[in-house]
Amino acid sequence: MRAYLIRRLLLTIPALFMLTILVFLAARFIPGDVVDYLVTSLGPQTGGQVDEEALRHSLGLDVPVYVQYGRWMRGIFLHGTFGESLIGQWSIAERISGRLPVTIELGAMAIAIALVIALPVGIYSAIRQDTATDYLGRTVAVIGMATPNFWLGIMIMLFPAIWWGWSPSVELITFPEDPLGNLGMFFIPGLILGTGMSAAIMRMTRTMMLEVLRQDYIRTAWSKGLKERVVVVRHAVKNALIPIVTLVGLHLPILIGGSVIMEDIFVLPGLGRMFLDALDKRDYPVISAINLILSTVVLLNILLIDMLYPYLDPRIRYQ
Amino acid sequence: MSSAGTAPSAPAGEPKRRNAVADFFVRLARQKPLGMVCGIVILLLIVVAVFGGKLAPYPYKEMHLADRLLGPSSQYLLGTDQTGRDVLSRVIFGARVSVLVGLTVTTLSVLISTLVGGVSGFVGGKLDLIVQRFVDSWMAFPGLLLMLTVISIVGKGLVQIILILGISGGIAGARVIRSAVIGIKESIYFVVAEAVGSSKWRSFLRHVLPNITPVIIISFSTSVGGVIMALASLGYLGFGLPPAIPDWGGMLSREGRKYMEAAPWLALWPGLCLTVTIYSLNMFGDAVRDLLDPRLRGRGAGLGR
Repeated sequence: MRAYLIRRLLLTIPALFMLTILVFLAARFIPGDVVDYLVTSLGPQTGGQVDEEALRHSLGLDVPVYVQYGRWMRGIFLHGTFGESLIGQWSIAERISGRLPVTIELGAMAIAIALVIALPVGIYSAIRQDTATDYLGRTVAVIGMATPNFWLGIMIMLFPAIWWGWSPSVELITFPEDPLGNLGMFFIPGLILGTGMSAAIMRMTRTMMLEVLRQDYIRTAWSKGLKERVVVVRHAVKNALIPIVTLVGLHLPILIGGSVIMEDIFVLPGLGRMFLDALDKRDYPVISAINLILSTVVLLNILLIDMLYPYLDPRIRYQ
Repeated sequence: MSSAGTAPSAPAGEPKRRNAVADFFVRLARQKPLGMVCGIVILLLIVVAVFGGKLAPYPYKEMHLADRLLGPSSQYLLGTDQTGRDVLSRVIFGARVSVLVGLTVTTLSVLISTLVGGVSGFVGGKLDLIVQRFVDSWMAFPGLLLMLTVISIVGKGLVQIILILGISGGIAGARVIRSAVIGIKESIYFVVAEAVGSSKWRSFLRHVLPNITPVIIISFSTSVGGVIMALASLGYLGFGLPPAIPDWGGMLSREGRKYMEAAPWLALWPGLCLTVTIYSLNMFGDAVRDLLDPRLRGRGAGLGR
C-alpha cells in the first residue's frame, strides 16, 4: 500500500505542472489587453500622454510568452510570490493571503451547516423509509437542489430590506473585532451554500444507510438484541459515512463556484470577488494566481481523500 | 432491462418501437405520477418556448420608456423593467432560451461523452488510462472559474455558451458511459461475439451501442436541469448571453439588481421559473432513470415517485 501511496503522490506532480501551464496560458488568451485598459483609464489623468511601449516594458509584457511563464514559475518557486497586479502594483500573494480567510471561513461554514442538516435528516429518512417524514425530507432536498443559490441570495438581500429595512452588513466584520458579528455576517451566505450542498449529502447518506442496513452484520447486531440506537449509531452510521467523506471532497469545486457567487451578492471581500474584479480588468497575473491556487487546492484535496481512504475503510486495499 | 431503449433495429422494429415508447409512458404514469406531472410541466415549457412569439403580449425588446419599473397591472401582467420592457414577455422568451440551450448543450455533451467514454472504454489499455487521467484533472478544476475564464477568452454569445457548456459537460459525463461500456465488454454475449470472429466495429455497433442506449438516455434526461442551472449562474454573473437576449439568469444579473429594491417583481419571476423548471427536469430525469435502469436507482435514492 505504501508503494501505491508514493506512486499516487508522484503522479500528482505532472498534473500540477500541466495545471500551471494551462492556467498561465488561459489568462493570456483573454482578448482586450490590460495596456488598453490602463491607457483608457489613466489617459484622462495624464492628458492622453501614455507611452504604451514603456508601459508594456514596465509590466514585463514585451517578452515572449514562454519567458513570461519562466519568470512567473521562478517567482512562485523561488520567492513564493505571484508577482504584482498589473493594475495597482500591489503584491498578489499578500492580497490573496488577506482575502483567503474570508473564502475559507465561508466554505467551512457551508460544509458545517450542510453536515448538520444532511446527516440527521438522511439517517432518519433511511431508518424510517417510506414514512411521511422520509418523503418530506426528500422533497425539501430536491426543491433545495433546484433552487439557484444566487436567486435565494438575491431574495434574502431584497425582501427583508423592503419589509423591515434590514440588510446585511457591507463592511467586513473581522473575527477578533467582534466574533459574533463576524459569524453572523457569514451565516446567511453559509446557510445558502450549505443547504444547496446538504441536498446531495442527504440523498447520499440515505442511500448508503439503506444499503448498509441490509448487510449481514447489521442483522447480526439486531439478533444480538441490541437497541436500535446502538445498531444505527455504532454499526450502521460508521460504515455509511465513509463515502460521504468523498462526496464532501468532490463538492469542493462546486463550493468554490458557489462562493464566487455568494461573495458577489453579500459583498464579502474574498477570493471570488477578487477573481471577478480581475476578470473585469484583464489583470492576468491575478486571474492566473487565483485559478492556480484554487485548482491546486482541489487537486490536493482529492489526493488527501485517496490517501485517507484506506485508513477510513480498512476493507480497501490498494495493490 | 427495459425495452424502450433497446428496441432491436430489425426491419419490423418500427411499430414495435412505438409500442415500447407508449408502454414507457404508461409505466411512467402508473409508477411515477410525480415524474409524469413534471413531464407535463416540461411539455408546457416546450410549448411556451415554441409558441413564445404568439403568447408574449409584447416583443421582448420593445421598450416603453414612459412605463419604466411599473408594478403588475392589467397592461403589464408581471410589471416592467428599468427600460420599460414587459417582464412577462421577457420571461416567456427566457423559456425559449432555456429550452434551446438546455437541449442543444445536453445533446452535444451526450454526443461527446458517448464518443470519449465509448472509445476509451472499448479500446481500453493505454488510451483509456490517458483519457481517464485527463477526465480526472478536468473534473478537479473548479468548473465555474474555468467557464468564467474561457468566456472572457471567447466572448459572450449563444454559440460560445453552447460549446463551452457542452464540451465541459461532455468530458465530465464520459466516465458513466465508459463504465457502462466496460460492463458490456465483460458480459458473456460480447465475449461470445468476439469468439465467433465478429469484427471490432460490428461488435461495437451491434452489441455495445444498443446496450448502452438506456445509459445515454438517462444521462441526457438527468443533466438538462444542471445545464439550465449553469447557464443561469453564468448569466447572473454577467458572463452568460449578451444582454439583448432575454434569459432568466441574465434578468437577475447585476444590471437588473440596481432596480430590484424599487421593483421586487424583477427578481421574483425569473427565479421562480428557474426553480420550477429545474425541479421538474430533475424529477422527470430521476423517474426516467428509475424506469429504464433500476440498477442505477441507488445513486438517487428513488426520487420522482
